[in-house]
Amino acid sequence: MRDDPLIFDQSQPGRRALAQAPLHAPAVDDIPDELLRREPPGLPEVSELQVVRHYTRLSQKNFSIDTQFYPLGSCTMKYNPRGSNALAMLPGFLDRHPWAPELHSQGVMACLYELQEILARVTGMAGVSLTPMAGAQGEFAGVAMIRAYHEARGDRARTEILVPDAAHGTNPATAVMCGYTVHEIPTGADGDVDLEALRQALGPQTAGIMLTNPSTLGVFERRITEMARLVHEAGGLLYYDGANLNAILGKVRPGDMGFDVIHMNLHKTFSTPHGGGGPGSGAIGVGERLLPYMPVPVVAKEADSYRWLTEADLPRSIGRLSAFMGNIGVVLRAYVYARMLGREGMARVAEFATLNANYLMHRLRDAGFQVWFRDRRASHEFIISLKREQKELGVSAMDFAKRLLDYGFHAPTTYFPLLVPECLLIEPTETETQEELDGFVEAMVSIREEAARDPDYVRGAPYTLPVRRLDEVRAAKRLDLKWTPPGAGDGETEA
Amino acid sequence: MPFIPHTQDDVRAMLDAIGAGDPECLFDEIPAELRGVSLDGVPAGLTEQAVARLMRERAARDAGALCFIGAGAYRHHIPAAVWELTTRGEFYSAYTPYQAEASQGTLQLLYEYQTMMTGLTGMDVSNASLYDGASALAEAILMAIRANRKAKTSRVLVAGTLHPIYRQVAEAIVGAQDIRLETLDIPVRNGALDVQRAGEPGEAAAVVLPQPNFYGRLEQIDALTDLAHRAGALVIAVVNPTALALLKPPGDWGQRGADIVCGEGQPLGIPLSSGGPYFGFLCARQAFVRQMPGRIIGRTVDMDGKQGFTLTLQAREQHIRRSKATSNICTNQGLMVTAATIYLALLGPEGLRRVAAVCHGNTRRLCELLCAIDGVEPVHDGPFFHERALRLPRPAADVLTRLAEHGVQGGYDLGRHDDSMADCILVCATEVVTEEDMQQYAGLLRTVLEEMGA
Repeated sequence: MRDDPLIFDQSQPGRRALAQAPLHAPAVDDIPDELLRREPPGLPEVSELQVVRHYTRLSQKNFSIDTQFYPLGSCTMKYNPRGSNALAMLPGFLDRHPWAPELHSQGVMACLYELQEILARVTGMAGVSLTPMAGAQGEFAGVAMIRAYHEARGDRARTEILVPDAAHGTNPATAVMCGYTVHEIPTGADGDVDLEALRQALGPQTAGIMLTNPSTLGVFERRITEMARLVHEAGGLLYYDGANLNAILGKVRPGDMGFDVIHMNLHKTFSTPHGGGGPGSGAIGVGERLLPYMPVPVVAKEADSYRWLTEADLPRSIGRLSAFMGNIGVVLRAYVYARMLGREGMARVAEFATLNANYLMHRLRDAGFQVWFRDRRASHEFIISLKREQKELGVSAMDFAKRLLDYGFHAPTTYFPLLVPECLLIEPTETETQEELDGFVEAMVSIREEAARDPDYVRGAPYTLPVRRLDEVRAAKRLDLKWTPPGAGDGETEA
Repeated sequence: MPFIPHTQDDVRAMLDAIGAGDPECLFDEIPAELRGVSLDGVPAGLTEQAVARLMRERAARDAGALCFIGAGAYRHHIPAAVWELTTRGEFYSAYTPYQAEASQGTLQLLYEYQTMMTGLTGMDVSNASLYDGASALAEAILMAIRANRKAKTSRVLVAGTLHPIYRQVAEAIVGAQDIRLETLDIPVRNGALDVQRAGEPGEAAAVVLPQPNFYGRLEQIDALTDLAHRAGALVIAVVNPTALALLKPPGDWGQRGADIVCGEGQPLGIPLSSGGPYFGFLCARQAFVRQMPGRIIGRTVDMDGKQGFTLTLQAREQHIRRSKATSNICTNQGLMVTAATIYLALLGPEGLRRVAAVCHGNTRRLCELLCAIDGVEPVHDGPFFHERALRLPRPAADVLTRLAEHGVQGGYDLGRHDDSMADCILVCATEVVTEEDMQQYAGLLRTVLEEMGA
């Protein structure tokens, strides 16, 4: 596989993309010398074709939904409609300045308002704010609202957030960012939260609980109504982590389960692109009692026009989480998706995501792989454990994951949740065909056969990608975080 | 059903394989009273063609105004190649690069981005982005408190000339950990900090300094940096990346340079798009790399000794460290950074310098034209960059509304944050503004003020 030199290695002094900068620039003689930079910034000097070719070639080194089946558990890698992208990038939307007056903003505000309404309906919540810029920021907003609610009632004894041990890492990290301590609740052998442990943990110190349902173990928390009752009786509030909302969209609503606040990953359930790690959008929904605390701004409709609700309208708001109104470009993509689906399409999301997951789970089980919760229904995702393959063949879940790449499949989530040994968390999503799922099963079977014949071969995978397995220990130990010009040392720093 | 490929035969065959009679059986673990929700109120589904028509009408409604607003988001020329490449499916529809071997494109690009940002800011290390400039400041403050082990306090002092919205966002985020921001006790004169009249600030963990500041004014940044360092504080610089093509990089501020640098990346090839998605950048001195939030990419080698790129220092992050992570951030703004990297490669050092110089020249010209109108004058003297506060003979909000009715977005109303500036606006003219655009604005402002009896 070819090497692509860094853009800096292709740089020649004096070369540039001439069409892209102003032809002339005025002298900057009104800024004192001591405020100006002495050396030009270290940017590459290359032609436009060099740039286009370089980044096109780099793009070809990525796996993506558009090129591969991408069954990454907990990430909902479903088709990102091209129509959503094209329509969110219409010039009228792209060129709108965030401080443009409401008079010049009624088009975009109509979309935002309608999406707020749609999201409130499908989640069973009383109000929605679209401003959080990612799932983790939505979590932050949610827990900050819980805190604001308790403080407004003068209840300062609540210092603790409960988090099941299977939760995403963002949950405990968020609770700490909101000034809480974290109390972990164990999971029972059947995959549901240990209800007795929950009872023990609840008390006057409990601010709330953060829950994903279905959980990261790929199963629905069957006693959720009971849990909600217990937490509410103890004076706490329930926070719903929307990472797995795709599993229930159109079937069950978090509001009906008893949740007080939720965040939604629009980049998962509403099919906006993940972009190689963002941008996301972490819209939040709240029940009646948290309405006054929503992050601002929020869009309101008055007669036939729309206006921003700000701190002046919501004086108890937890405030602003971004300089402007959040990731509106992402929100517009979600809006287009929601309108194309409509109520009949939305009702089918969970159904087909669940059908695909249960089908794939059964196929893998029939092929002899160990499904972790074999007596449970899969939600939109499920876990297999390769503990036996590890023990008998000496080939780990990571080895399977890397070898899958050679077969042209992105690997499932590996080693998460942490509770299950040698696990793969597999989420096929509703947009994949049966044929694609069958191909994945065949690849898994084939890799196991390879491992039985020649485990070293599987342990050496991948073979067909731009690089083979990378030395991550070296990466962390001999830090090389930027290119340095030749002769300026090797750029590495010993840790 | 949109985007669901299953035929009726597929569904039958798959249910048979599962041993389920109908799809509803798959939900039999969910308590019956929770199932069967109504989606009344959600509109019926539309084809792409029908949604396209709706969206085109709405986009057109918001289009066509002549914009002279900055105040944190700036309209720049974006080369066509930037978004043609960025929306390639391989960038657009990939996940966070956890499987490094299958993500070398994004990872190499992010490594190049980190290099470019350290070049612009004069710092040692960069992360791979945060959400936006304002939330990046909040993360920088939390990082400074962790990094400044010598300080016995978590006091954070913020320049009175910082963008007020940045301060509000930072307070909303760090306030949750009971960290309070105090205003740096230096008088603001002429729109900038009067460092000559500064007292000693007292011990602090960090001092936040903008350059240029909210009003577009340039601070006496060397003296301010040294003053903050004398107080034992780390200096957090909040900067505009376009300006850095001309202005002294934070790494060179004062005797020792800034310690942490953050800001809004939007000017680097990101469309205005109503305020997002943008991206926040964060750079720092080498010594603080382990306190940084967010993704960091490192170069390493594979089993054959070949160069490759991977996420590194992941032990700082929430998916490993959970409640002890440096931040809860997971998803960042990868696609925006993809665009910014391509933008910076296309512009290069000379292109970016020209963009910055033309923006500055255009803003000077605009102010000259507007200040030729009776009663319009600059609020401040002294050096500025590409943005300026002007005083009007009538209340700013009224004037701006009238301008908007004629299709001109005339600036940012400074009265939003300061009652004493209710007759002041902040104007900006970037390189995309022409002489004709500026003449049109000046002509309209003259007419509007006359109509208002000024």
